[in-house]
Amino acid sequence: MAEVYRLRADPEHTAPAVPLAEYQPGGTAVWLEAGDDARLLVPHLGALRRIDIAFPKFREGRGYSSARILREAGFTGEIRAVGVLYVDQLMFLTRAGFDAVLPETPIDPAVAEQTLKRFPFVYMKATDAVQPVWELRERA
Amino acid sequence: MPRLLTGNRLETGDVLWWAGSDWSLHIRDAVAVDDDGEALIARLAPQERINDLVLIDVDPTPDGWRPRSTRERVRAVGPSVRPDFALPSLPVDAI
Amino acid sequence: MYRYDEYDQAVVDARVAEFRDQVERRLKNEISEEAFKPLRLMNGLYLQLHAYMLRVAIPYGTVDSRQMRMLAHIARRYDRGYGHFTTRQNIQYNWMKLEEMPDLLADLASVEMHAFQTSGNCIRNISSDQFAAAAADEIADPRPYAELLRQWSTLHPEFSFLPRKFKIAVTGSTIDRAAIKLHDIGLELVQNEAGEIGLKVLVGGGMGRTPMLGHVIREYLPVADYLSYMEAILRVYNRHGRRDNIYKARIKILVNDLGPAEFARQVEEEWALVKPLGLDPPPSELARIAAHFAPPVLDANAPVEIDLSNPDFANWVAVNTHPHKAPGYTIVTISLKAPGEIPGDASADQMDIIADLAQRYAGDEIRVTHAQNLVLPHVRRADLFDLWQVLVSAGLATANLDRASDIISCPGLDYCTLANARSIPIAQKLAVKLAPQEADLGELKIKVSGCINGCGHHHAGHIGILGVDRKGEENYQLLLGGSGAEDATLAKILGPGFDENGIVTAVEKVIDRYKTLRADPAERFLDTYRRVGAEPFKEAVYG
Repeated sequence: MAEVYRLRADPEHTAPAVPLAEYQPGGTAVWLEAGDDARLLVPHLGALRRIDIAFPKFREGRGYSSARILREAGFTGEIRAVGVLYVDQLMFLTRAGFDAVLPETPIDPAVAEQTLKRFPFVYMKATDAVQPVWELRERA
Repeated sequence: MPRLLTGNRLETGDVLWWAGSDWSLHIRDAVAVDDDGEALIARLAPQERINDLVLIDVDPTPDGWRPRSTRERVRAVGPSVRPDFALPSLPVDAI
Repeated sequence: MYRYDEYDQAVVDARVAEFRDQVERRLKNEISEEAFKPLRLMNGLYLQLHAYMLRVAIPYGTVDSRQMRMLAHIARRYDRGYGHFTTRQNIQYNWMKLEEMPDLLADLASVEMHAFQTSGNCIRNISSDQFAAAAADEIADPRPYAELLRQWSTLHPEFSFLPRKFKIAVTGSTIDRAAIKLHDIGLELVQNEAGEIGLKVLVGGGMGRTPMLGHVIREYLPVADYLSYMEAILRVYNRHGRRDNIYKARIKILVNDLGPAEFARQVEEEWALVKPLGLDPPPSELARIAAHFAPPVLDANAPVEIDLSNPDFANWVAVNTHPHKAPGYTIVTISLKAPGEIPGDASADQMDIIADLAQRYAGDEIRVTHAQNLVLPHVRRADLFDLWQVLVSAGLATANLDRASDIISCPGLDYCTLANARSIPIAQKLAVKLAPQEADLGELKIKVSGCINGCGHHHAGHIGILGVDRKGEENYQLLLGGSGAEDATLAKILGPGFDENGIVTAVEKVIDRYKTLRADPAERFLDTYRRVGAEPFKEAVYG
């Protein structure tokens, strides 16, 4: 594993993430496998500070829904994508609610920065504050 | 049975045949790699310049190598429905 | 026609810049092929048998003359002077070079076109009725609804890594020319009792390895809930669709495993959660898009009666035109199926000629059909003869729409790395053999696929042909009784397969038997088959 690429300013919460099945109420870090139901964590979002979500292969996409569900439920702690992830997926990840990535191959911060500002507009609402173009058009 | 090493050039997608020390666009230039094939792939794959490296079975014929599978004969010649684009290695009707 | 505003253009331009950067990193070996392949696929670039293949999106199959001329330019500048119109209303180029892709995509962007999501496990090009806004039988133009979906699905942060590819079709007519029952989601514009337009939602149709017809999960979805409801369907699929086996990963398998009622219940449950998030644009956005699709100004005095004394012309008018909603106008289908030619292929010169014709005679619009033909949607009947003469000189006046030689064929093993057998040569041989008697046979849809993925829609063919590999030899299975229209059914395999010549003979035997069985000369092959069943045909072929 490479270094964690974080988009949060707060200090890293370094507690080990426990698997969902072993999670006890009050625990601050949890690990979700790709197929785990993120909604099971909704009662615990107040205690949690970091949720790690596994991406065992590039094709895996359930984590995007998991992250979005957690943000929609109001979670403001760190959501970390862990696994087979590339810099070119950063826009999808961040818009879905991830704010940290622990990839298998390192992410070049310069390329990451370029990737994150690549698309000046988006078409749909997601978990970030970016307004979709239909809102911009409406305002114009 | 003789085996040839083939792949596609990264930049252009061109079908390539291993000709002993370098690649050729033409199967008629190919050399049989036989038992050295796996070692060649192990050496060439990490260079990441040729995609889809694979060893294929061929038969020697008076007209040159003839791949055993239709797929590889199509790759060696070109689309059977566009004889105007056929490569000179094999006749189109060899597909 | 939809026109990009500054936002649409900026997104497409950014995509070109992004891919330019990705190609550069790949060519410098800064990223591996393993990491790069999904990126190029998301830009429609495949590595096929002879070269790279680029699939360019033609949203809901609509282009204008400027865009068609660009497609011709790309064929000349970057390919070998031709392109292939596909069963998903897109165009494919067969001889692409990776190093030239960024410039090509920039050329496309200059005419508001792109290759976004023409491959990969994401929401693909939205397809629609090729007669949209022209057919007398539609309640509304489906394309604004398709364009809204195109925008919503472009670079969707949650639905770009789905279990499998995802195809959506929209139609505005009860006459189904968009095969909505054979899509992951099929949408049909319908009206409620108050006359307001909404959407009937079908889910879980598809061809390929396990063909299924879609199920209605909503009879009437208000337009105000359109996109949030799509989000709910896609989220249920993204979370629960199978990922352990790519052959069972399409949404049809999930819908079938859960049952349509339970699937619908889960969608409604999810929708209750996402609806309050404000994901639906206001009605003004659909209205803004719809304004782009205002019908062309038509001549209210266009004459209805025209001179049909030239028999070849009269035949072409009878076979290749369709009633338009405006009197004095007609919808022209330009066949890309001259017998013996490659179905769906058009040369750059032909594309330019069609662009000229569209500009001159058809409200500057061209449609691509899922049957791999092109349509000029708004033609004055009085202009038909002049138009036809140009088509004749360009080799584009074949009068065979929906007839035996109007055969759908995927590229097959002549080009495609997934194929098990060649499909184009089968289509060519059948078209040449059947063309002389096709007027007598009437509507007969023959569809050929070179592998089980079914890009040639063999399961929706009145006669379907599927190429398989049998011990290293090309072998062809014969299927009968399919339809992709409003009376959709799935074709069934008749019996053991054949070699290349055997399949042609078998189809001829089926057709000969049909001629003896049909109740009257007007009964279509499909209707005869449905009436008498497979047995007589089995006996004709294998007996």
